[in-house]
Amino acid sequence: MIEHLPVLQIVIPLLGAPVCLLLRARGAVLVFATAVAWCTFAIALASIGIVLEQGEVVYALGGWVAPLGIEYRIDLLNAFVITVVSGVGAIVLPIGPGIHGHTVSASREYLYYAAFLLCMAGLLGVAITGDIFNVFVFLEISSLAAYTLVALGNQRRALRAAFSYLVMGTIGGTFVLIGIGFLYQMTGTLNMADLARLLPAVLDNRAVHAAFAFLLVGVGIKLAVFPLHQWLPNAYTYAPPAVSAFLAATATKVAYYLLLRLVFTIFGIGFVFGALGIAPLLQVISLAAMFIGALAAINQTDLKRLLAYSSVSQIGYMTLGLSFGSVAGLTGGLVHVANHALMKGGMFLAVACIVARTGTSAIADLRGLGRRMPATMAAFALGGLGLIGVPLTVGFISKWYLVLAAIEAGQMLLAFAILVSSLLAAVYVWRVVEVAWFQEPLQSAPHGEAPLRLLIPTWVLIGASLYFGVATDLTAGIAAQAAEQLLEVAR
Amino acid sequence: MTDAQLLGVAVGLPLAGTLGVIATGRRPNLREGVTLVVAVLTFASVLQLLPSVMAGARPALELATPFPGARLAFELEPLGMLYALVASGLWIVTSLYAIGYMRGHHEGHQTRFFAFFAVSIAAALGVAFSANLLTLFVFYELLTLCTYPLVTHRGTAEAIAGGRTYLGILLTTSVAFFLFAILWTGFVAGTLEFTPGGILEGKIAGTAAAVLLALYAFGIGKAALMPFHRWLPAAMVAPAPVSALLHAVAVVKAGVFSVLKIVVYVFGIDFLAEGDLSVWLMYVAAASILIASIIAVTRDNLKARLAYSTISQLGYIVLGAALATPAGVIGGGMHIAMHAMGKITLFFCAGAIDVALHKQKVSELDGIGRQMPFTMVAFAVASLSIIGIPPLGGSWSKWYLALGAADADRGFFVFVLMASSLLSIAYLMPIVGRAFFRPSTQGAAPEGPALKEAPLLCVVPLCLTAAGSVALFFLAPQIKALLAPLVGE
Amino acid sequence: MNLAGLWHYWVVIALMMIGMYTMIARENLVKKIMGLNLFQVSVILFYVSLGKVAGGTAPILIEGAPATVYSNPLPHVLMLTAIVVGVAVTAVGLALVVRIQGAYGTSEDAELSEIDRADEAGAALARGEGQG
Repeated sequence: MIEHLPVLQIVIPLLGAPVCLLLRARGAVLVFATAVAWCTFAIALASIGIVLEQGEVVYALGGWVAPLGIEYRIDLLNAFVITVVSGVGAIVLPIGPGIHGHTVSASREYLYYAAFLLCMAGLLGVAITGDIFNVFVFLEISSLAAYTLVALGNQRRALRAAFSYLVMGTIGGTFVLIGIGFLYQMTGTLNMADLARLLPAVLDNRAVHAAFAFLLVGVGIKLAVFPLHQWLPNAYTYAPPAVSAFLAATATKVAYYLLLRLVFTIFGIGFVFGALGIAPLLQVISLAAMFIGALAAINQTDLKRLLAYSSVSQIGYMTLGLSFGSVAGLTGGLVHVANHALMKGGMFLAVACIVARTGTSAIADLRGLGRRMPATMAAFALGGLGLIGVPLTVGFISKWYLVLAAIEAGQMLLAFAILVSSLLAAVYVWRVVEVAWFQEPLQSAPHGEAPLRLLIPTWVLIGASLYFGVATDLTAGIAAQAAEQLLEVAR
Repeated sequence: MTDAQLLGVAVGLPLAGTLGVIATGRRPNLREGVTLVVAVLTFASVLQLLPSVMAGARPALELATPFPGARLAFELEPLGMLYALVASGLWIVTSLYAIGYMRGHHEGHQTRFFAFFAVSIAAALGVAFSANLLTLFVFYELLTLCTYPLVTHRGTAEAIAGGRTYLGILLTTSVAFFLFAILWTGFVAGTLEFTPGGILEGKIAGTAAAVLLALYAFGIGKAALMPFHRWLPAAMVAPAPVSALLHAVAVVKAGVFSVLKIVVYVFGIDFLAEGDLSVWLMYVAAASILIASIIAVTRDNLKARLAYSTISQLGYIVLGAALATPAGVIGGGMHIAMHAMGKITLFFCAGAIDVALHKQKVSELDGIGRQMPFTMVAFAVASLSIIGIPPLGGSWSKWYLALGAADADRGFFVFVLMASSLLSIAYLMPIVGRAFFRPSTQGAAPEGPALKEAPLLCVVPLCLTAAGSVALFFLAPQIKALLAPLVGE
Repeated sequence: MNLAGLWHYWVVIALMMIGMYTMIARENLVKKIMGLNLFQVSVILFYVSLGKVAGGTAPILIEGAPATVYSNPLPHVLMLTAIVVGVAVTAVGLALVVRIQGAYGTSEDAELSEIDRADEAGAALARGEGQG
């Protein structure tokens, strides 16, 4: 049983989805899907324990050993990402679609859970597999499920957002496919470890350069790295808030994982930073994302859109961490994967609470909610403090590592820029705080908190973002180890 | 209880008090009782630590290790002891005063007020006890955030604007400069621990060291060194007890305390003095002292005048640190206590006048000495202490600062100190003069009683702190003995 | 480089560009999906052409037959999966178009944007009135 954990990690949610379709009954599906999600999370925790204890776990699917067969390969890096994805999934899934959406009729809620589980399975698959074509397949599974989830939003604009997400996402996915094709052409293998072994001999070939370019852009679209982020704001704004919470916390994170795998495991930093020298390019893009994303967030009138642009900005921090190619930088980028998932997930859920009670997420309609819904708004404010990077929140941990990495690299101006951009977060967070606490409530403002079904997951995520702001063994500790492993392999 | 536990208790008590205040929010008398009891207990636990610190012990308590090599930990040394005593001791008096003021002024949301007040004290004590730069920064930021609701307490447009300036400047400086400096220090020195003699000597060269010092000096926005001082006048929209305890004592002193601590334990005064790294800082501090004093003379709003006076007086402490001579550091440290006692009295008086007569402007104070004799006598005493006239506390710290400037062969700064004393006469004494020697503008109190003091709970605390200014004059040798280990004496 | 000898790549590139252009330039959502399909098909052709070995024959192993050169079957197999993915994307895309047509009454991009803008202005107006 234990040795089959890697495959169960994927198979359970993947098979759980069609079972949801068979169950159909509302209560039964909810219980079943929740059980599946938590089971997945438990497996992820078990795997990370095993990896910490014994090192890398390799699982040959169907007994076919790589490079002939497909293998699942879990090291600390993907164990970390898998835990984040399945953890957030397990917390967000039970909220269900009905609480704030009007599009899903109660009798068809089972479809939501099925799509949710599929999305989760796809994301986990991308993270766990050691076969690069398998990555493409799982990427598309998760994306297809994500398009449908986004389309469930309660405004008709959700449909258009989902459509442009689909177009952009498919272009991204296809670019990845082209890149994989070139790699296969040059090496004759699809196994990542094998690729890493065979690629160095042909790194000078133009086809390999082309492969890297296609993969970088393809993954960049999925990651919503500036300037390939256009699909993200609409998708997150019009999706049901719980879906935004899940996608913001996981989908881009998995794409980030993929980018790390490509750069460090498959191509190697010698090629990416040495021969191609894309570090400065990456830094410029990251800085642009950090500042333009934050400035755009400041100018939004809708809370969800504000958070979406804030995500664009936060993704900039992650790619910046990657660009240093150092342990501190990678640790910062990786730990921000978990930290941002907690903060942004929690904040989107807080918005879900607001939408559930007021039916709107316009910032102007938040007036006085600090007094009417104190628990919700406190959660939002604490998450916001995390985005600013105030000490005792997780945001501080990420910022610390990133600035340290910049100083280590002797890039004082960059270090300064990171700090300044985090202050922009203070501006957009404070705009919301002032409206919520210092303006008189509207006549129509609700009395009383959001339902506990929403409030509890919100506070679980926000509470975790405070807990991991002090006790960092499980986040930064593991991220640092993973970063060291990754860099060792890359050398 | 061991000393280490006492450290935890001293920070934990106000936090527990916060919960107590929230829990008893519906019964104001009980709630204020909780605040007072917690304040007294907190002061008692801080006081208990004094003998061992005087005896040379350094109680330490480890909290957590968020980064490899950088822990959250407490370690009490003399400077922190002094600051903790001042902050926790004055909290008791301020709590008394706050009860009188908040009720006399019919302020709303009093539960929120007292709750955040207690958290702020916990944060201030955390700053005082911090064993390293990380801990210092964490509690420094916490102090900024939990005083924000106090600054914006009234929720008016003016309060919100003031809160924005407050948070904007303090967060910007601390994140962009202070945090940057801390990380830079960590990278260069390999440690963030406060170590007697400093951790930077030999690790960083001339210009870079001066830049680092600048990042600290301006990054610690709470020290209100010009040009990053705007937040302090902006914070004056807060209720008087907040201005009194937080913006004359806990918050601003957290700033200058940090500057002193960094000079002594991170740079080391020998390192600073040998490299002449802090000369520019002396001139910046001197400019801050003089310019703020001049602005204070021109302000008609009483609280604004006091705020600029604070900026000027904070410059003294930064100057003491920048001089990097033993007498300068001792004078700076001592001035934390002396100025705290004097300025809190002045703010108490300003609040009392507001409560009793609803006057906020200096030009309206003609003849009020007859209506509020206790308040105005206390005001006069505290003013004399700020000016630095014996037998009041302020005279000692100025003496040591002047001595420090002379030791460093920098006569110019002795002159600056004298000039600033003259200026402080110019902005404080006219108020006393108006109150006692000018006829009341409203005629000789045609209606109402001749005596119109603020509520008893306002007047008693301000008399206590005025008396405290006198007492500090006689306690100065003990304070000097406490601070002596800082400079290796 | 022998450009003519790489003619299959030119076909792939031409198809890909036509697909891209259709996706960007066409207003009609269904046509966008068609562009998307062309785009995907071009990649499938690219893979299939990768597997071709000069002079190779279909990779069917016949017992006892003389050793022959086979084309590489793996890319073809991969493309079975890719085709399935493509069909799924098309299905979801078309389903979305149907829903959009139902919700907006049109599937022309420009008209949709027009309607959304009007919606937004209306909402802002309603809010403005609500605030008085």
